[in-house]
Amino acid sequence: MIESRTTQRNFDGVRKSFVTLGSSLGAIVLALVICAVLLLLTGKDPLVAYRQILETGLSGDKLLEMLKRATPLMFSATAVAIGFKMNLFNIGVEGQYLFAALIAAEMGTHVSLPAPLHVLFILLVAMIAGAAWASIAALLKIGRGVNEVISTIMLNFIALSFIQWLFDNFFRDDSDGGLNVKTTKIAPSGRMPDLVHNRLSGMFIVALIVVALYWVVVFRSRFGFQLRASGLNPIAARTAGIPANRMVLLALMLSGAVAGLVAMPSVIGDVYGYGPSATPTQFGFAGIAVALLGRNHPVGIVSAALLFGFLDSTSAELQLSGVPSSIVKVIQAIIVLVVVIVNEASSRWLNRRTAERAAIALKGLASVA
Amino acid sequence: MNRSKIFRIITYVLGPLAVISIVRLWTDQDALTSSNTVGTALRLTVPILLAGMAGLWAERCGVLNIGIEGMMILGTWFGAWGAWQFGPWVGLLFAVLGGMLGGFIHAIATVRFNIDQIISGVVINLLAFFGVRYLSDLVFVGQPGGGVSQSPPQTSAIPRFDLPILSGGQIGGWKSPDVLAWFETRKWFILGDIGGIGRGLTSNLSWATVIAVAIVPISAWVLWRTRIGLRLRASGESPVAAESLGVMVNRLRYGGLLVSGGLAGLAGGTLSIVASSYYRQGQTAGRGFIGLATMIFGNWRPSGVLGGAMLFGYAEGIKLVASDSIAALFLFIAAVSLIFFVVAIIRRLRVRSLFALGIFILSTIAYQTVSTVPESLTQSLPYVVTLIVLATANQRLRPPAMAGVPFRPGEPH
Repeated sequence: MIESRTTQRNFDGVRKSFVTLGSSLGAIVLALVICAVLLLLTGKDPLVAYRQILETGLSGDKLLEMLKRATPLMFSATAVAIGFKMNLFNIGVEGQYLFAALIAAEMGTHVSLPAPLHVLFILLVAMIAGAAWASIAALLKIGRGVNEVISTIMLNFIALSFIQWLFDNFFRDDSDGGLNVKTTKIAPSGRMPDLVHNRLSGMFIVALIVVALYWVVVFRSRFGFQLRASGLNPIAARTAGIPANRMVLLALMLSGAVAGLVAMPSVIGDVYGYGPSATPTQFGFAGIAVALLGRNHPVGIVSAALLFGFLDSTSAELQLSGVPSSIVKVIQAIIVLVVVIVNEASSRWLNRRTAERAAIALKGLASVA
Repeated sequence: MNRSKIFRIITYVLGPLAVISIVRLWTDQDALTSSNTVGTALRLTVPILLAGMAGLWAERCGVLNIGIEGMMILGTWFGAWGAWQFGPWVGLLFAVLGGMLGGFIHAIATVRFNIDQIISGVVINLLAFFGVRYLSDLVFVGQPGGGVSQSPPQTSAIPRFDLPILSGGQIGGWKSPDVLAWFETRKWFILGDIGGIGRGLTSNLSWATVIAVAIVPISAWVLWRTRIGLRLRASGESPVAAESLGVMVNRLRYGGLLVSGGLAGLAGGTLSIVASSYYRQGQTAGRGFIGLATMIFGNWRPSGVLGGAMLFGYAEGIKLVASDSIAALFLFIAAVSLIFFVVAIIRRLRVRSLFALGIFILSTIAYQTVSTVPESLTQSLPYVVTLIVLATANQRLRPPAMAGVPFRPGEPH
């Protein structure tokens, strides 16, 4: 009896993940169709564009670039997903990672440590800085009830000007007579070794580790259970003795700590410092898209980041073949929108079906009685 | 008008005016209330004001709109394209239509398909940013002066005018006297300030500015004095109750979001057609979010949005025209907070008096130490102010009760 119930539950779980996977893939196809229509409307041949994307994207060189481009997306998507798991919308990843990049790049030049420790130190500083910036939003929420969506949006802009001020007045490397718009270069001991020389930074491995840790901490630990419980039903969680305020603080700080790593592939893997135009921006928003596409699940996040990385890696060749490269970003945005809509519709459909089945079962029970 | 109302107008209008006049005469910073500063401030106020009204329309009907920035971007692009092709007025129309396209996508996603409203807004921002870049690549590249991040310049502009008599505008062929300028140049106490502010508001006015400012009372009237406005607000306060009374909540939300998108598009259009004569990538520069901020501390009311937009517009204007005067502005804030402190002491409001004292001390220190505030820090002023307002006055803000909560008509709740 008990055994059959568990198999039934497993079967339901498998079916649910099939519905999830199927609806996500279907949504991606639907989004590609919509983009094809848009391409046609603007006088471009979608088949040419898509073939170009596939042909360039699948070559060996580009597959490495895909991994490279997916790395920061994995960090930022994980950061966003930690918030989502507690029903917190951390739009502030952008500000958190840029702040962390500047602080970590600067602190990294002030210590001299043996190689692995130096790298570890910089990563740690980045995580602390990201967590610190995120904690402002957490404290505003706990202390004054300020919605984290608004506060993190505002903190993004505040971070941008604060960073610029810090950089211009204190952290800029003036040794080149003002020509250099970066912080002082980090010593070789503080640089992350490349996996593939000049192609792929070791940060890719770190990203995989972080996603795996995310799975362990959020899905398999006591803390993660409390986090998800607070997100699913805050009142029940509080009744069960989970401290609501502390969970908000911890979740946002954890999110900010992971966000702090977003720019690290550039800071310690490529540029070896921070520069307003050298450090990549906009990953915070892309991370939201990747987290949504991956439905906050570790496997989903990695796959979605790889998909986005794949699309991004083809943009230069696409431009050369006569299709504006920004279409890649448009495709990504439309994919996310369609996936979210289809997920919403399919989960409603699943719920309704479950409810209908329960009703039928109840009716059957009633007739037996 | 009864006596207390007159008294109130005197304290709230003439009071600050007197204080700023004293500060101006004391510090000799005529730029504080010069027509140049005020005119610039007005130009910078308009896009923020329209963005704030866009947020107001969306949230009043029950849908959060984080996508205002994206809808503004659509407005700047389509506006510039229309103005380049067909002239400035058609351009403004295209700006509105472009914004409405964004509003429509938002409505489909949130009202029809019930997805999270913040998610939809974030995606619209991304979509708009890269969508117009794609379009620029197709349309503007190769045109003289155009490129992937810039449109070719427009050849004609929306006409501007001076108000007759007050600012020396034309009546028929007769050039009327410029009364306010006469006062402004005399620099007398209060009268000189009225001259400067008045002239800034009435001279060299673009018709687009007039339309934009008129949208505030029109919105207030529609939303608070008409039947459809009542229903629209009911959809934001309690869609279930509204539905039970026969209101078509979702249809109204579609309408509200189209208006919201249109206003955001117009905000973008004023940037690319009125404030400049071409589209540029990044032209909106976060103004959609500043608009959202003005909506919040305007307490979701049109007059509040106007006040907030004016505050930010003025701060931005004085930074642009006369950055030396910023220090004098701190003196003004110090003086006002001192008055508030005295009033709070008399009324025995301990918390408020401490708050006012804190601001007084901070602004006095700022006046003493800061001769020129670093540009990078003043940029974040609107955002810092918003956070402070949210953190201190959160209890008094009253957003529409059900804004942000998905609503499915005809389902049990």
